[in-house]
Amino acid sequence: MRLVSPASEASAPDALGTRLAGLDTLEIPSLRRPPRLRRIVSAAWPKVVALLIALGIWELVVLSGWKPIWLLPSPLTVFGELWQQLVAGQLIAAVAVTLRRAAIGYGLAVVVGGAIGILVVRSKTLRAAVGSLITGLQTMPSIAWFPLAILLFQLSEMAILFVVILGAAPSIANGLISGVDHVPPLLLRAGRVLGARGFAMYRFVILPAALPASVAGLKQGWAFAWRSLMAGELLVLIPGQTSVGAQLQFSREFSDAPGLIAMMIVILTIGIVVDVVIFSTVEHSIRTRRGLVDAA
Amino acid sequence: MTVLARQPEQAVSTAEVTTPAIQLVAVTKVYGRGPDAVIALDGLDLTVEAGSFVCLVGASGCGKTTLLNIVAGLDAPTSGTVQIEGGRPTLIFQEAALFPWLTAIENVELALRFRGVPAGRRRPEAADLLDRVHLSGFADKRPHELSGGMRQRVALARALGQEARILLLDEPFGALDAITRDVLHEELERIWRDAGLTVLFVTHNVREAVRLGQRVILLSSRPGRAVAEFPVVIGGERRIESPEVSALAITIGQQLSEQVRRHASR
Repeated sequence: MRLVSPASEASAPDALGTRLAGLDTLEIPSLRRPPRLRRIVSAAWPKVVALLIALGIWELVVLSGWKPIWLLPSPLTVFGELWQQLVAGQLIAAVAVTLRRAAIGYGLAVVVGGAIGILVVRSKTLRAAVGSLITGLQTMPSIAWFPLAILLFQLSEMAILFVVILGAAPSIANGLISGVDHVPPLLLRAGRVLGARGFAMYRFVILPAALPASVAGLKQGWAFAWRSLMAGELLVLIPGQTSVGAQLQFSREFSDAPGLIAMMIVILTIGIVVDVVIFSTVEHSIRTRRGLVDAA
Repeated sequence: MTVLARQPEQAVSTAEVTTPAIQLVAVTKVYGRGPDAVIALDGLDLTVEAGSFVCLVGASGCGKTTLLNIVAGLDAPTSGTVQIEGGRPTLIFQEAALFPWLTAIENVELALRFRGVPAGRRRPEAADLLDRVHLSGFADKRPHELSGGMRQRVALARALGQEARILLLDEPFGALDAITRDVLHEELERIWRDAGLTVLFVTHNVREAVRLGQRVILLSSRPGRAVAEFPVVIGGERRIESPEVSALAITIGQQLSEQVRRHASR
């Protein structure tokens, strides 16, 4: 009995390629992802249930009569108020102003934080000088900057942006610095063997390798920027200009509890939506691409 | 220390002039200073002829990574001279140092970019290189989606993309299973012959060294020094399980054990 078929003898020069192809097929696991709809449903239902439970507890506290109804309104009243503000257009106007400030302030913080991060990474002296200062700034409550900001810029949007930048930039810089610090030495050696030097080393090896930590810094920076912005809008009321923070402050002054809670829900929602829609998505896609997500 | 004499039929004939691709003379590398100083390499002499395949074997602490770093130009010797002919060598690491944010083909393309290949020609050339290591079907996979052996082949394709004439390998197959390793031995041998490369292959697996090398050089440990050299004279197709490979591996293995034993009595 022939154990070797004529066909495989004929293709002898390519035998190595065939064996490699066989090994490769065995090595690569064939994973099939569940359908998109099922993935969305399975990711969403715990969140929906948690939200319903929270609303239920709120309603129970209201029903218990712990506080009078005009101080602690029920969820239905608050969402009714929110709907009315939405159709009247005042909510959209306020949110538009706030989001514009957030975009400008955060955008400038990314530029400032990124520039500081790169300078500190490149220079040992600069790192010794300001490295720990950056971390120190991160722990400083942003509200403590406002007296100085108002002194410097009066009650203007500049004062708010100033504090937003100071709140967010240190986290962004720190994320970049720690990302560069934790680049695996093997990748640096590989880059040098390939002939990467100076700027090319940063552009093609160090910065891409530092991306996950940098995104974590950007995400934390956003949280700080959003908090600073809300503090700023409560403190720095600019005459004739509406904003989410200003609306919150007016509601308190008029003892309008439904309007106040409605605005708090808006603030929370924007914070969560930006975090989930932008940062978590980017973070997850980076982690997936680099194989840092457990497939199981 | 016995240094086996080259057998007459293996001796280089005077007609073909072999220029050394790598020549190290009395290379010493010391890390640190004073009483804490560690001598990684101590007066190491090494000559690798152009187009030859030389394996270095040694136990831990023989300074093989230091040696490769020096030859690759990543590190400078404390004293001694290093002469490299034919441009910068390339180095393949123990674990494939692929960039995890790039696909297989993009990793190869990056080497082409650093070599100065114009943008339009990179993609087809990278595809050809992947084809040479039999990975055409996996161009768009990311490193984590590939097996260890496949990652080393991408690293090999990337190294070929640099068009370096000298290929240095630092225990490249140490972490692979035996079946994959055997196939990759053939693959590396084929690429070495086809491309006419000079290969310096470091391993602590004596059989692997005898399977692949034309010469096997034994290094002592702490400090690293070349203590013996073995020409591998085995005709025909060589396999890791060939009796001739085993026989020479046993001889080299005994000397390696001797080197290791010397450290027990210290």
